[in-house]
Amino acid sequence: MFARRRFAVLKNLLEYVGIEPGRLHFSWISSAEAEKFQKTVAAVTEDVKALGPAQHMIKDIRKVA
Amino acid sequence: MEAIAQKIREAAKRLLSEGKVDVVIGYAKGTVPMREYPYFAYTPEEAENLTWSSFCCNNLALYTIRRPGRMAVVAQGCVSRNLVNLINENQFKRDDLYVIGVNSPGMVDRRKVQALFPGKTITEVIEEPEHLLVKGQGFEERLERKKVFRSNCLTCVQRNPVISDEMIGEVGPEGHGGNIDKVAAPWEKLVPAERWTEMQETLKDCIRCYACRDACPLCYCHVCFVDEAQPQWCGKTQDEADVATFHILRAFHCAGRCTDCGACESACPQGIKMRRLTSKIEKDIRALYGYRPGMEIGAQPPMSLFKPNDPQDFIK
Repeated sequence: MFARRRFAVLKNLLEYVGIEPGRLHFSWISSAEAEKFQKTVAAVTEDVKALGPAQHMIKDIRKVA
Repeated sequence: MEAIAQKIREAAKRLLSEGKVDVVIGYAKGTVPMREYPYFAYTPEEAENLTWSSFCCNNLALYTIRRPGRMAVVAQGCVSRNLVNLINENQFKRDDLYVIGVNSPGMVDRRKVQALFPGKTITEVIEEPEHLLVKGQGFEERLERKKVFRSNCLTCVQRNPVISDEMIGEVGPEGHGGNIDKVAAPWEKLVPAERWTEMQETLKDCIRCYACRDACPLCYCHVCFVDEAQPQWCGKTQDEADVATFHILRAFHCAGRCTDCGACESACPQGIKMRRLTSKIEKDIRALYGYRPGMEIGAQPPMSLFKPNDPQDFIK
């Protein structure tokens, strides 16, 4: 419940700085909800695949080291 | 301004000689113009160095943290709000604090002043009620104070201290007329790709000196997440990923606590506008939870509170 507030702010902030909305997902799944878990994971994977590889927040260690 | 400064000195001298407080935290005149700095007066003689001007940009609430004994703080609106924040976060007791309240005239951005005189050295700035008389070798110009305000002062909503044990000067109007909702979160109107570019543009000069964190009265963790080595949450390089991580997380740590005092921007040696990030959170907290930090002693911080009907459309 505390996390819900924090996630709400964090999600808005990350979208505000330009992280694509589809990359960030929140879900509330109980350990008894196997089917919901399976469906959510499939949906997240599909969404992220559709967006393609991440463009931001990538550190190339060969460039900075 | 000078009349207020004189009254602050008198109050400080009285408090110190009566032994009511161990230290008076205020501002002293910098060695160069427009650089007033935090000053700690422990004796009535030292209180003579206190001042009050348009360049009191540091947030003095910062210096009350983990300070033993009784302290008096010269507080305008934002400083008093941060003091309330700290009391609410159990950093010290209200009884250990004596607030010397001052109505904030709105502080001036030294960078905006300097930008009007490119390549010239300003040697003196004389305060007038609504103007600043800026002097240097071979030039002298009178500026309207409001034109060179710090941007957070323009949209201020609380110029008078929210708590005060003694008020210096008159209680004045609360705002300067700017509307924070119109200027907060400037990247909201852009599409995601542009937002990222804009953020990179804003943060490109960051040298990771952490002056923004050090000047912030919200930052009092014993070990900051950027200094932690095991695990290392955030890389130490100036790579865009590391710089962005630092600024995004720093802003997020201020969620529900930031009073928009502008100390971070004033402290930045590179002139980075990190309020473009923090103002978004400040705005969200107001919109989502109807909360303005530091307005009232005893208020529960929104991030350590929940209501059954909090917004949750983003949770699938």
